[in-house]
Formats: sequence, structure tokens, C-alpha cells
Amino acid sequence: MSDRAADQVQRMLALVPYLKDRAGVPVEQVARDFDVSAATVVRDLNVLWFCGLPEAVTGEMIDVDMDALESEGVVRLDNAEFLGRPLRLSVHEALALIVALRTLRETAVAGGADAIDRALAKLESAAGDGAAAAGQVQVVAAPVDARVGAAAQQALQRGRRVHLDYLVPSRDETTARDVDPLRLFSAEGHAYLEGWCYRADGVRLFRLDRIVDLRVLDEPAAPPPDARPRDLSAGLFQPGADGLTAVLDLAPSAAWIAEHYPVESQAETGDGRLRVRLRVGDEDWLVRLVLRASGGVTVVEPADIAERVTATARAALAAYAVP
Amino acid sequence: MNLVITLLVSRGYVGKDRIRRVVEGYRDQTDEAFEKMFERDKEELREIGIPIDLGSNDKMFDDEPGYRIRRDAFELPRIDLEPDEAAAVGLAARVWQHARLARQTSTAVVKLKAAGVAVDSEALTLVEPLLAASEPAFEPMWDAVVSRRRVTFPYRRPGHEATTRRLEPWGVLSWRGRWYAIGHDLDRDAERMFRLSRVTGPVVASGPSDAFDVPPGTDLRALARELEPRPAEGTATVRLRLGHGNALRRQATSVAAEADGWDVVELPVSDPVVLADEVVALGPAAVVVAPEQMRAAVVRRLQRLAGAEVAR
Repeated sequence: MSDRAADQVQRMLALVPYLKDRAGVPVEQVARDFDVSAATVVRDLNVLWFCGLPEAVTGEMIDVDMDALESEGVVRLDNAEFLGRPLRLSVHEALALIVALRTLRETAVAGGADAIDRALAKLESAAGDGAAAAGQVQVVAAPVDARVGAAAQQALQRGRRVHLDYLVPSRDETTARDVDPLRLFSAEGHAYLEGWCYRADGVRLFRLDRIVDLRVLDEPAAPPPDARPRDLSAGLFQPGADGLTAVLDLAPSAAWIAEHYPVESQAETGDGRLRVRLRVGDEDWLVRLVLRASGGVTVVEPADIAERVTATARAALAAYAVP
Repeated sequence: MNLVITLLVSRGYVGKDRIRRVVEGYRDQTDEAFEKMFERDKEELREIGIPIDLGSNDKMFDDEPGYRIRRDAFELPRIDLEPDEAAAVGLAARVWQHARLARQTSTAVVKLKAAGVAVDSEALTLVEPLLAASEPAFEPMWDAVVSRRRVTFPYRRPGHEATTRRLEPWGVLSWRGRWYAIGHDLDRDAERMFRLSRVTGPVVASGPSDAFDVPPGTDLRALARELEPRPAEGTATVRLRLGHGNALRRQATSVAAEADGWDVVELPVSDPVVLADEVVALGPAAVVVAPEQMRAAVVRRLQRLAGAEVAR
């Protein structure tokens, strides 16, 4: 058995009990449920056909209806009563699933939590050692505001458009917009509503904790047919082509910036500082970052930011009536 | 596959000779090839979690030991899930954004489907958490936690030199998208928390499994609370230009309009430095009125920003 063969044995050990109560299930359905191709299912069935009880017991082989498979594309399997139950969950499988469910529980609002709790209780009692190991893993997700979360969930469930008052801290403004929700998710420490935004005329992400107000409208959601949730496998923040690249020297007091924002590169400068290259949205955002770090950040590029920081600090000082 | 079936259906232990006679694929092998195949197959079956016992049918006689798979250790116990519970399991299968854990979760879900559970993830609309673990240290640390083995790794806090740390990892914690390991630091002889993104090299496990016990009562959730922002102590009064300081306005306990295009807001203060950061970032659009200490701190910071840049 190669590594692939071990996977195949594991899959076949689940396939037999799966098919026991699903006589005549389309092969495509099997493929979807097992997350493999239909060709793989057919190959597994061909192997199973040659498996069975040892001759010394009864010599009976598992019976696969190859005619039905070829002519109708459905699966019938017999003579496999001795494999009535799937293999139990390994410690790692149980742990992965239980942690996933607990994570789901973390962000659940309005109703969903109850179903997850019941599923968890049943799985934990069936999982044995994996459930015990789950005590050593803890996931704390960003809290989801119950009112905004429940309203967004309801809009998504019913397929309704929503009206948002949304805070954009990078521009220090609150904007009003209509959005057709596509999905709700939580990643990298924040919960988001993703949807088709009529103000931006595109798919946008809205952090739930920045939604000042959310109203579910009577109008049904009708996003353009090509509006799809973004593929987030490469991470949440992908640098825009139109962004600005800044080069900053960070003193130890501002080293958090290198951890907090997705920097493109970082290198020691030799005097205890860290030089980072970072994509930024716009100059205003960068000025605010430098002000916030109060002396911990020296802007190397773009050149004119330093002057803007000085001017802004002076204007701010004027209000305090000190020289 | 036939080896599994043979060992599973037999009443007692099956000797190696008999296995060789009845299992298709072993029969026609040479002695040497059979031994090799059998050892390898056993190992691979154990790796996918199939428990193979070695024992003897009769304690009284010194007969050849045999192999068997105990059905109760092999089979998934009965599990009935309501439709909404099964839907939650379906959504859980999409949570992990880490290749190995995502695969292990799907294998678990496939087994539940095989046990008769109908999983339809569309039946439930929830906020879907995406749990990533891109830190290279995550996987070896996770394995060390599960097997309770000691680990050694280079660790670097910002502004410090990297040092080698030795840890008995009690657990891992994901706090708002960042992974931490918690355990007993063997050199400091104390409980410590490590942010996995600050591990700068390989995490090396050494020594046996089950090398330590997690102290009873260890509560990762309580430890996570140390990472939370502190609760508010006291308030601050800040003047904000109309239309500005929108993020601060959301936290305000009161907003009062002034005549000259400004508002006065009262803000709860959990960390005075964080609030001062926010005010300084707003430049001339925000002015601290009280407390005096925060006002002075903001002035000092603005003077530094104005002065330091002038000197260039």
C-alpha cells in the first residue's frame, strides 16, 4: 500500500457502510459526499468488488452491481453486512472537527448556537480521546454584535437587501449604502458581511463592528449574477494595484506595526530599528499612522509625508494654546 | 482491504500463516516479500487509525500469536444528528483554512455520512468563521500539544534578540486570528504564553510522548482573557470637530454640540495610551479637554512630532 492506497482503504471503509442504506444512489452524489471525482468512486468500487470474506469463513465477495453502475450511473452494493459501521474517528480527526464546531459556536448568534451545542455534545461523547484533547485547544473569535449579527443573518436567510450606516475609519467618515448580502464570515480577528455594494458598484467587505446601523429592507436582494464572494485563500488583505508603497523605519516602540499590518518586506537597519516596506491605502492614512506612533516611525518614502506630519502636528498644537 | 476484513470478521486471533493463506495478494508471494508486505500493511492500517491487536487465543498453550481487530475499537459508535445539528457539522467542515486540519475534518465528516448522517450545510445560515493557521510553527506545536511532547524553538519578541526556548506545551490558543502556545517554560520554570508568529525557526519536539501532565484546572479561556483590552476605568472629555472622529463618537457615552462647529464627547477610558494614540492621529480635529494628564501627554507627543521633523 502506498500512501494513496492507505487513503483509498480509509475511503472504502467509509464507502461500504455509506452505501448500505443508500441503494441506487447516483455515483455523482457519492462523489460529492466524499469530495472526490466520480472516476475515483468507480475505481474504489472495482476494488471492493474483489474484496470479501476469506474463503475459510464463507468465501463470499462484496457484490457491486456493475450493470447498474455502467448503464444508469447508480450504485448498488450487497453482501457487505460485515462492514456495517464506519471506522471510528481518529484522535486528530475528532479534534479537528470539534475545534471547528467550537469555533463556529464562538461566532454564532440568534438560534444557531443551540444546534451547534447539541451537535458538539453528541460528537464529544462519540469521539473519546479526541474530545479529551480538545480541552487543550481554545479558539476565541472576535465578538459579533448580537443585534447587527442577527439582522445580517436574517437578511441573508431571507434574501433581502440591507441599508448600512458604515464607518470608514481610514477616511474618518460614516457612509450610507445599500448592500445585497452574499455571506457572513469571520476571519483574522473580525467578523464581516460580504455583499454587492450599490454605492461602490462592486463586491465589498464590511466589518460588523464598524456597522453603525443595519436595516433589513423589504426589497429582495438582487446582486448581479457575476457577483461572487472573494476567494480568501490568499488572505483577507490583498494589496490593491492602485495603492501606495511606503518605506518606514520603526523604532522598537513602533515595532508592532510590522506585526499588525501585512508588510511586504522587513530588515534590520543596524541601529535597533526595523525598515519595512508596506502597501498603504492613501497618504491620509499614512499621516495618521505616523501621528499615532508619535515619533516611533520615520517615513523614508514617500518624501513629502514628513512635512505633512509636521504641519498637522503644529496645527493640532495651536488648539492647546501652547508654543 | 482484505486484511482488514479478515481480521475484523474472525472470532479469535488469526495466525500469520493463516493470514497468508486466506488473504488475496499475499498467497502468491515469496516468504520474504510476504513479510515485507504484511509489516508495511499493518503499519499503514495503524496510521489510519485501525487498531490491530497482537495476542494468543489460548493462554494455556504456547501457540503462535495472532492478530485481530476488535470490532468495538474499530467501529464508530452510534450517532444520530438532527437536521440542524448535521447542518452545523457541514458548516464546521468549512472552518479550517489549514490544509491538514481541513482534510482531517472532511475525513471525519465523511465517516459521519457513512454512519447515516445526512449533512446539508445549506440548511443553516450562520456567520462562518474561517480559521487560518499560516504560522509555520503551528503544525509542529499542535502535534506536540496532542502528544504532550517537549519542544524547543527560537523565539523573538519585537525589539529583543531571538532566544531559544524550551517548553512543555499545555495548549494552543487562537485569539482573534492569532495563534499562541501556552505551557511551562522549562528555563524560567514558569507558565508562559508565546505568539507563534514570533517563532523564528523550526519547532523541534524531543523525548517521549505523554512527557508531562497539563496541570488540572488549566483554563485556556481564562488565560486568553489576559489578551483582552482592560475594562474601562474613568472617562475623558474630548472636543471633536463636526464630522470628524467617527470611531471615537461610536464609543462616546454622551455627545454635546458646541456653537462653533465642534462637539464635546465623553469617552470611557480603558487604556489612556490607546485613547491618546487615537486623538493624536486625528490631528487638529480632536482636542483633549480632560483629564489634565492625558491633555499634557498629547501635547508632549504633538510637540515631539512637530519638533523632531523640523530638525531634519
